Amino acid sequence: MRRFLVIAFAAAFAAALGSAMLELAPSPLDLRIPVAAHLAQSGVSHPVTAVLLNYRGYDTLLEIAVLLLALLGILAVVGKDNPSPPRPAHPVLQTLARLATPSIIVMAVYLLWAGAFRPGGAFQAGALLAAAAVLLHLVGLLPAWSMPRLRLRLGFVIGFVVFLMVSTALLGQGALLKYPAETAGMLILLIESALTLSLALILAGLFLLLSRDQGGA
Amino acid sequence: MTGGLLFALTGAALFALGVAGVLLIAHLLRRILAFNLMGSGAFLVLVGLAQRNDVPDPVPQAMVLTGIVVAVAATALALALTRKLHGLTGQIALPEDADD
Repeated sequence: MRRFLVIAFAAAFAAALGSAMLELAPSPLDLRIPVAAHLAQSGVSHPVTAVLLNYRGYDTLLEIAVLLLALLGILAVVGKDNPSPPRPAHPVLQTLARLATPSIIVMAVYLLWAGAFRPGGAFQAGALLAAAAVLLHLVGLLPAWSMPRLRLRLGFVIGFVVFLMVSTALLGQGALLKYPAETAGMLILLIESALTLSLALILAGLFLLLSRDQGGA
Repeated sequence: MTGGLLFALTGAALFALGVAGVLLIAHLLRRILAFNLMGSGAFLVLVGLAQRNDVPDPVPQAMVLTGIVVAVAATALALALTRKLHGLTGQIALPEDADD
């Protein structure tokens, strides 16, 4: 009975939402025009990056804070036991992972740099680097992480700290994260580089901190 | 019908599927998957509706990019809590309420 009710409710909801979308009038507010109009002053030439780090920079600032919070939550939940040694995979897999890693790093740096003028940016680069770490862990070349020491902790927070420092230093401009037009490109690149490092370490940490004990409590 | 509208309609269907999954499935791993399905549906609605006139709008795209990363973080935290629950109780479902 409950099952039937829930499914009927979900279907009715989807139908109502879908029919509302079919009837939807064109949006009265077109954000593409202001985005394009201020692109020259934003320091980057790709509109998505401009929105992410300039127009709506506080979204990204809070996002890295949320990621950090999730990582702290995981650190609080998992125990303090030492990681079990990694199980080495087949040598062919290990060699392939070793060969793939340098090109993944090059690709991540390229994505970070390309974010200024084409699709790319800190998130994509960070995700790619984290994927490299997960790949190395899965073939047994990178051990799981235990409770992080000072250096790793600094790496976790550097993106947030740099972002926060830049936004604090720029408070004199009159608004949060309002970059002066002439240095905007440099500041965005600085923030994005720090963000890439932190994002890669945090995303890798989400996986490597959880995989250290195989199952148990 | 434009491609963007089709994305938005698919997103609404995915969201409804996810809601039904979260409410009906007791197994926590599958419930987390259903929750992610809800999130993906919402993202698809956001990007789809924003480009229903075939010209993409960068603002919703940037917000969805932010949302995806936050969803990954939330999923990882949920998985960590699930594993802790499994380690403590040996079960992978939440205990039923007494008055249920």
